[in-house]
Amino acid sequence: MFGSREKKKRNRELKRRAGHLSERSACGLHCIKMTDIGVYAGKTPIIEHVNVHIHCGKLTAVIGRNGAGKSTLIKAILGEVPHEGTIEFRDMKENKVKKLRIGYVPQHLNVKRDAPVSVYDLFASCISNVPVFLCRKRALYDKILSRLALFEAENLIDKRLGDLSGGELQRVLLSIACTPVPNLLLLDEPISGIDRKGMELFYRIIHGLKEKYDLSVILVSHDLALVKEYADSVILLDKSVLCEGTPEEVMESKEFHEVFG
Amino acid sequence: MEFLQYGFMKNALAAIGIITPLFGILGTMIVNNRMAFFSDALGHSALTGMALGVLLGLTGTDLPMLLFALAFALLLSHVKRKTSASTDTIISVFSSLGTAAGLVILSRGGNFSKYSALLVGDILSITRTEIFYLLGAFAVTLLFWLFCFNKLHACSVNQSLAKSKGIPVRLIEDMFAVLIAVIVMLSIKWVGILIINALLILPAAGAANLSSNMREYHLFSVIISTASGILGLVLSYYLNAAAGPTIVIVAAVFFAATFFARPFFRS
Repeated sequence: MFGSREKKKRNRELKRRAGHLSERSACGLHCIKMTDIGVYAGKTPIIEHVNVHIHCGKLTAVIGRNGAGKSTLIKAILGEVPHEGTIEFRDMKENKVKKLRIGYVPQHLNVKRDAPVSVYDLFASCISNVPVFLCRKRALYDKILSRLALFEAENLIDKRLGDLSGGELQRVLLSIACTPVPNLLLLDEPISGIDRKGMELFYRIIHGLKEKYDLSVILVSHDLALVKEYADSVILLDKSVLCEGTPEEVMESKEFHEVFG
Repeated sequence: MEFLQYGFMKNALAAIGIITPLFGILGTMIVNNRMAFFSDALGHSALTGMALGVLLGLTGTDLPMLLFALAFALLLSHVKRKTSASTDTIISVFSSLGTAAGLVILSRGGNFSKYSALLVGDILSITRTEIFYLLGAFAVTLLFWLFCFNKLHACSVNQSLAKSKGIPVRLIEDMFAVLIAVIVMLSIKWVGILIINALLILPAAGAANLSSNMREYHLFSVIISTASGILGLVLSYYLNAAAGPTIVIVAAVFFAATFFARPFFRS
């Protein structure tokens, strides 16, 4: 569609526009308060009495053994499973309770390797009503390109989802989750099937995000080394919150050693 | 164009001209959503619906067939959401039970042959009025696709992702299930229980071999589906064979061709 020189120029322009968006920093004045969250399968609790309090600009990692209810907590926050308790989003600048906008990065996609779905198709399906089976609108295409550019993924827009590497797919999903910029970014074990280099790039991008925008990040993770490096606080979950604090505090706690041995 | 001298062939051609592009469109999301089992089960539920109509002593069986299929579709999507067991297994259980119950009821007294036309279908017997029903269904599907396709697509890729974007996942999925049920029931008398699923799946599966995005996917699916329909109908006239199965054979040949053409279309 474009010559390679024009393409480069275009990419620079897109990056400039993207950069324009990011000359801000998190204010720390937005907080999300989850009080007494409980999810039950019949009468059996999957999680109960979970209290979480987070501020914008912070990355909170949720860790725990398999089956501790980490994914259930994410589903409860998304409103996918019915739950007890309340989730409140407060803007302390204006001292108002607001509607919480959530961005979600799923663990995996239900897409066959050879399915005819391009990155544009998925992105447009999530953020627009312009039917992707019928037309490709120039303005929308450019918007998506500029959003992908923020996450070093602009060259992937016409690729099939099945042809992306694990790391590339994660960056695409992250950029979908961040369009429009959410108040809370939920990342569900985003590290499966990605090589170390891709993982570090991913974490660096997330780190950059929470610095730039007024958003909080909740990350469900198995990689304790990366949690230690990038998380601001850690929640150790096993049906309810066993222990919380800075990564060092949690990892030195008695509860942590009981769970992870 | 000797076959067009006959009124029934004209009607059949018009019906095929509506049914096949419609199936081409629906098939794309049935294939992407891995719902082939689901649409197959719906087709089989026609037998149960018909049997219920006969049991209740109704003269026309179209309405009970439609109502039963709707209930069946909603029940299946409910069960699918509620259990963690394999969906394929659950659908198979429901589907075999429905089929068996239908066959038992319809074959009582030994006159199943009265209903056997439903198995293969008879496109040549379609009337003007029935063609207009199909046209209505086509219009509804187009509207659904225009306004809900993006949402349906997002749901099929990942439900939680769709939910986080404010998409009413359950509603959209139920609407799609209902749409499939209505279209399958409206076309089953013309296409036949045994082959309706092949007509839904084959064109889309073939198109998937050639496409790398949604626009190509829909375009190729509609082209393959419509071409198989018209070619199959004309062939069946000259071969003096049933139309539905002939169309399926043509569609299968197209599928095989796309399979081998695949390396040239997708980089």
